[in-house]
Amino acid sequence: MAMLGFVVVASWWLEFAFKTRVLRDPKRVLKTLAIVVPFFVLWDAYAIAQGHWFFDPEQTLGIIGPLDIPLEEYLFFIIIPIAAMLTLEGVRNVLPVVRGWISQIKKVRSN
Amino acid sequence: MPYFLLAQIAIVAVVLAEIFIFKTGLFSDIRFWLAYGIVVFFQLLTNGYLTFNNIVMYDPEVIGGTRVAFAPAEDLFFGFALVTLTLLVWSKIKPSKGNS
Repeated sequence: MAMLGFVVVASWWLEFAFKTRVLRDPKRVLKTLAIVVPFFVLWDAYAIAQGHWFFDPEQTLGIIGPLDIPLEEYLFFIIIPIAAMLTLEGVRNVLPVVRGWISQIKKVRSN
Repeated sequence: MPYFLLAQIAIVAVVLAEIFIFKTGLFSDIRFWLAYGIVVFFQLLTNGYLTFNNIVMYDPEVIGGTRVAFAPAEDLFFGFALVTLTLLVWSKIKPSKGNS
């Protein structure tokens, strides 16, 4: 749970710092999640049922949702995709700025 | 079906989805790879923490055995599939009105 909190803090500031307009467009976020998440929830359910991976009950909340999937996993499937969107949009907005700096530095050097 | 096989199928499925369905051109966009590089760094950090502390554990029978930062290498495949499919769909869906 602490780990998910870290990801939220580490990624969601991009929305404000770099004006990524991800969280401002909840429709687009929800549509994306609605298409992507079911595949991975089913994979998670299958993997848990088959015992591919399992969680320490001492170090998790112990709240188990539908398909025997812990609450943290459901939150993971919301938080991680949004972090990915924020990262991509952050890069999209920052890269031109960085390129601008580089060309500025080159200009100064050539003068 | 073991995890290593599922993980490989997932990667192939996502790449095929881009080629035949989404056609976003994201794979030839340097910004996608920069973003993915940032995501992988944080994945290694957070997933390494979860696996090092045995918060998440894996059946040794269903993984190849290669570990990267304590976590099975398959997790990188899982992560690639999740993050890439998300960004393909995200790029395909245009911003809602007033957000372009």
